[in-house]
Amino acid sequence: MPASEAFRPLVLLALLGLATMVLSVSVGSAGLSLADTLAALTGSGSELNRTLVLELRLPRTLAAFATGGLLAVAGALMQVLLRNPLADPYVLGLSGGAAVGALLSMLAGLAGVIVTASAFGGALLSTLMVFGLAHGTGSWTPSRLLLTGVVVAAGWGAVITLMLAIAPTRDLPGMLYWLMGDVAYAGTPWPAFVLLLLACLLVLPAGRSLNVLARGPLQAAALGVNVRPMEWGIYIGASLLTATAVTTAGSIGFVGLVVPHMLRLLLGNDQRVILPACALGGGALLVLADTLARVVIAPEQLPVGVITALLGVPTFLYLLYRSR
Amino acid sequence: MEALQTRQLVIDIPGRANGSPLDLTVEAGQTWGVLGPNGAGKTTLLHTLAGLRPPRQGEVRLGERSLSALRRRIVAQRLGLVFQDRQDGFPATVLETALIGRHPWLSPWQMEGGDDLALAEQALEALDVAHLSDRLVNTLSGGERQRVAIATILTQNPDIWLLDEPTNHLDLHHQVAVLRLLEDQAKSGKVVFMCLHDLNLAARWCDHLLLLFPNGEACWGPAEQMLMPSVLERLYNQKLITVEADGAPVFVPVRS
Repeated sequence: MPASEAFRPLVLLALLGLATMVLSVSVGSAGLSLADTLAALTGSGSELNRTLVLELRLPRTLAAFATGGLLAVAGALMQVLLRNPLADPYVLGLSGGAAVGALLSMLAGLAGVIVTASAFGGALLSTLMVFGLAHGTGSWTPSRLLLTGVVVAAGWGAVITLMLAIAPTRDLPGMLYWLMGDVAYAGTPWPAFVLLLLACLLVLPAGRSLNVLARGPLQAAALGVNVRPMEWGIYIGASLLTATAVTTAGSIGFVGLVVPHMLRLLLGNDQRVILPACALGGGALLVLADTLARVVIAPEQLPVGVITALLGVPTFLYLLYRSR
Repeated sequence: MEALQTRQLVIDIPGRANGSPLDLTVEAGQTWGVLGPNGAGKTTLLHTLAGLRPPRQGEVRLGERSLSALRRRIVAQRLGLVFQDRQDGFPATVLETALIGRHPWLSPWQMEGGDDLALAEQALEALDVAHLSDRLVNTLSGGERQRVAIATILTQNPDIWLLDEPTNHLDLHHQVAVLRLLEDQAKSGKVVFMCLHDLNLAARWCDHLLLLFPNGEACWGPAEQMLMPSVLERLYNQKLITVEADGAPVFVPVRS
């Protein structure tokens, strides 16, 4: 297939992503028409609309997009690493580990990059624990890996609840944020965006090696891939992406599972197409989910993790059922 | 010229004595068969020769250089391996599977081009699986998958072909077709080095043989010197009757 044709779906997904973002900033407790929204985005229109769109809704929308993209790319990478479509940073406890790491550093009074670094440490620790324990003496079996991941994730959930229950400060964002994920507390979206862009750029030259790695480590080594460094790169990359997503919006589940699965059904499994497609598709999905979360029981808001879980749980069960 | 050499090589099979270290010299144009009972270490030997697992002692040399000193990508340009069992992760089509044979030849930024596609299509044609090119590999029969795997190494086009039971799952016609293809490759100056279960195919198609005994002992040399009924009986722990057919010895197991 010629390169231009292979990458056409990415253009479509990028347009879809843009459309969801425009929708997201125009929908809400005060609905705006498309013309008003576009006017506010380009810097004209009324003062009130500009504040509403540019200062309240746009940062949240961008944060949702970047977080969704990061989680979907992290999920797709882990699926290649494990050659298992059920791998997902939330299900396998990476998000939980990152949340504990972030909370610990916040309770210690730290902020900014250190929180992200600490979240990264938590995610990496969780990855090593799950894969180390599930690997044991033999090779990974899907059931063993999933069980280990689920138990570790439950353990992190308990630790988060414990920490929030005995934490002296009430300044920390709410409990649901760390357990379910919510974009409402997101700060600046830019670090997440930059990382997402970097990940997509790095993945392009590594894409063919990832395709070969998806055939199994021995076959990949026989075809000239340096398997160990590559696997470590994926571990660390996926942990970093997850950690950044978690510090932006808490532990949002199942985006890393649903999005790569859907896109593989549509686009095949060339990582050079799938990974950027996951960045765009994951972003679009989370923006849509967050828009839903804001309007379903308006003026109250749902944490976006509820929506993604409602989408993700049936998908996960379906995949598990079919893998028998 | 020696394409592949082992020096005092002992493959690492846990709990087994060193036995006889291998000092093989494999030259371009030769076809080697590795024979031995189950568990003698045939697959481990192939993986060690491909650099996929470290030897217990000794070294593998690829031309002038030690295998372990070469970068994986360079190794993969010169040496290819067809595995006995294939790990299926995500579904892939037959054409995509053959096309990954080009991986060692492309730089990271390069996409597969028209030439690569043409090579993969020719390989599928040569293995009689071109009509399946859009099918998913995991929907194929065992024999069809085996031919796709051989098409992949043909696309990879290394100087040294290591094959683990290349005739597994193949019907008689395709067994002969695959062995002819390997013979042609050897005639064009490649090395063919394969494990075989079928003694008679080895007697027919290989010019050199390596016999691996379960205790780690080994002997090797030109095929006609290796095909001694007494040695083969000891190798397989099975009485044999030797007959001659079509100009080659045929070994038949004794019934009782």
